[in-house]
Amino acid sequence: MSELRSPSRFCPTTGNLAAAKPGGRGATLGAWICVIALCSVVVAARAVEADPFEARMRMLGEELRCLVCQNQTLADSQSGLAEDMRREMRTMMSKGMTDREIVDFLVQRYGDFVRYRPPVKATTAVLWYGPALALLAGLFFLWRRIARRAAAVDAAAADLSAEERAQLQSLMTDGTAEAPR
Amino acid sequence: MIPEIGHFALVLALVLALTQGVLPLLGLARGDPASVALARAAAHGQFVFLLFGILCLAASFVANDFSVSYVAQHSNSALPLVYRISAVWGGHEGSLLLWAFILSGWGTAVSLRSAALPASFVARVLAVMGLVGAGFELFMLLTSNPFDRLLPAAVEGVDLNPLLQDPLLAIHPPMLYMGYVGFSVAYGFAMAGLLEGRFDAAWARWSRPWTLAAWVCLSLGICLGSFWAYYELGWGGWWFWDPVENASFMPWLAGTALIHSLAVTEKRGCFRNWTVILAILAFGLSLLGTFLVRSGVLTSVHAFATDPARGMFVLAFLGTTIGVSLALYAWRAPRIAPGGSFAVTSRETLLLANNVLLSVATATVLLGTLYPLVLDALGLGKISVGPPYFKAVFVPVMSPLVFMMAIGPHVRWKRAELPELGRRLRWALAVGLVAAVLPVVRGGSPWIGLGCLLSSWVVLCVAFDFVDRARRLGEGTFAAGLRRLPRAYLGMACAHLGIAVFVFGVTISGGYSVETDRRVGRGETVELAGYGFTFEGTKEVTGPNYFAEQGRVVVRRDGREVAVLEPQKRRYSAQGRVMTEAAIDPGFTRHLYVALGEPLDGGAWGLRLYVKPAVQWIWVGVVFMALGGSLAASDRRYRLSLARMRPAPSAVSPSVGAIGVGA
Repeated sequence: MSELRSPSRFCPTTGNLAAAKPGGRGATLGAWICVIALCSVVVAARAVEADPFEARMRMLGEELRCLVCQNQTLADSQSGLAEDMRREMRTMMSKGMTDREIVDFLVQRYGDFVRYRPPVKATTAVLWYGPALALLAGLFFLWRRIARRAAAVDAAAADLSAEERAQLQSLMTDGTAEAPR
Repeated sequence: MIPEIGHFALVLALVLALTQGVLPLLGLARGDPASVALARAAAHGQFVFLLFGILCLAASFVANDFSVSYVAQHSNSALPLVYRISAVWGGHEGSLLLWAFILSGWGTAVSLRSAALPASFVARVLAVMGLVGAGFELFMLLTSNPFDRLLPAAVEGVDLNPLLQDPLLAIHPPMLYMGYVGFSVAYGFAMAGLLEGRFDAAWARWSRPWTLAAWVCLSLGICLGSFWAYYELGWGGWWFWDPVENASFMPWLAGTALIHSLAVTEKRGCFRNWTVILAILAFGLSLLGTFLVRSGVLTSVHAFATDPARGMFVLAFLGTTIGVSLALYAWRAPRIAPGGSFAVTSRETLLLANNVLLSVATATVLLGTLYPLVLDALGLGKISVGPPYFKAVFVPVMSPLVFMMAIGPHVRWKRAELPELGRRLRWALAVGLVAAVLPVVRGGSPWIGLGCLLSSWVVLCVAFDFVDRARRLGEGTFAAGLRRLPRAYLGMACAHLGIAVFVFGVTISGGYSVETDRRVGRGETVELAGYGFTFEGTKEVTGPNYFAEQGRVVVRRDGREVAVLEPQKRRYSAQGRVMTEAAIDPGFTRHLYVALGEPLDGGAWGLRLYVKPAVQWIWVGVVFMALGGSLAASDRRYRLSLARMRPAPSAVSPSVGAIGVGA
């Protein structure tokens, strides 16, 4: 991050501000904010010193449901059944079974209910594809709406007489005046 | 005697709510100003009687009157006084009473703070809120009366669920309900707007501070609930995508969309349809949340079927409210004038995208929450929809939203220039990308990179815009402009900054938390993330209504003592339920979290130890958002607009606007 040590090298706010001098107070402040933001990220970004076996156990446990709790993952549950299931999972992991094999085994024994990530199949198609469809529908709506409004802007500009255009111009500048009231 | 008086107060409140809901509308239709003026008085009366009802129920709790069925189920003579009082809303019936009370409180607030609004409009808002209140009071009286007697009386109460025996019970539910129910004001304004045919800038300006106030309460309510779950449940999580949590999150998402949509309606006159729909949606989802949590449908679809009266009532109420609102909307919407036009690159476009993405996010949470219930009800099998699902579908929707949120304030209304925008924001993007790559090359997951990108991007964009605006206002001098920035702008900047802080907290605590769950003997030290946790054994402690084993864990770093943590394992005497009380050393950069597991042989215990970096930022971020909302709601122009409000010309045809009495 040494490339950001000298704040005078860039000036984030001058691009749009005719009045701002390069290296002015705003730019210095902006630069310092960058530096602090980066530092905090770097400080936080420590390597995780976790045992890979335990990390895998944790990841797997977060995908599974404790069957006797109200709504808790197997990794977090303190119940006796969860203890037993975790012990069993450790045994399976030591035997070299893959995550998939372990989950399949548990699903076979307890049903799909044990998985917090439901399997993709006919009965869960809407669950899994629904959000994507909703997003597509939303984007389609967005696109149509914007296209219509933008067309209105152009049409309005094209249809007007010179006098009307001048009037519109003055109205628009009123409407877009950015100075906070 | 006191419960009967409370019951009677509830009946009177229902009568007043019906008066508030029906007479003003009739009066408006028949041109009778006296009936219209009743709305305010009825709202005040309803509030007074519900307050009286709540006090009666609290009196029964304080007096340990176990002849009242609700008290017998949710209290115990050994329960400390503060919990006996907050146990008023510790169960189903009392929560409903609180709901109705807060609703009448919002109604009263509207009636007191609306002297400058047209009388017909206020009457319609209050009428709609009165009808909603009547529905809830009817629900209580027909199916869930908190004042029902138990004959013969119980000798001792069952006790309040130990999970709820916490000081936060006094604050969290009222705050959450203030938010839920607060959207009824926005809903009332939308309905009154539809009835009156009025959707001009003044309408949006009246509605905005109320909507913001509700949103602030809901944010704080959810935040408190999350923090409560974090320290009370003993497994260090702060959000579980539990249906009860989702029930409060959905109105929050819709409400967030609503406050942004309202901003456009006020400033630019567009999105009127959209604003009305979102107001209906936000309140409808609040009702749905109440239904989900209160009907018992969540614990099991079959629990719902065994006590169908309650569930059916809420379902019918929900259906009627949303059905009538949408029908009214469908009838009136064609008359809502379309707003001004805007170009593709404009702030309107970004805010429309904000609304679309938030709506998709709401729909996603709704789908994930209801899907297992529907599947089970149809007999198609039992599935669990949990954090992995929501993480997979929610993050892709929210990430672009947060990214665009940072750009929004930089973009002009109506039409903006892309190259200018690029110049303004390139440095923020550059720093964001560095922040994203850095943790990934150091062995972090791509999720951490994404979170760091988003949070640093938002912080920088907010800061640049802030500095820029302050200098422009101060004609080149930052300090002079600082004082001139309006509160609405400061509020927005603060809330957006809160999002960045929140995202940072979620990312870092999620990506870099370390934990261990193991057997620890007396005097043994466990090393975790550079901290040494030394277990010094347990001792017995007696509380007011429980016995506890209290462990003592001394935490050292580099030989220096950092904290002494005393987690407890409590057994509550009344029901013999065992609760884990985690001990936390909160810190700005990390939380140290210790929970007692099970006692093992030889004085050893199972201990759960967590080091959670930046976890506090999650709630601090939400507090920033709430602070921002409060700042914006207290902006000068709302106060000014109230002071000199005159009936403005209607946005739709005058024939619709003329329905109002005296108009």
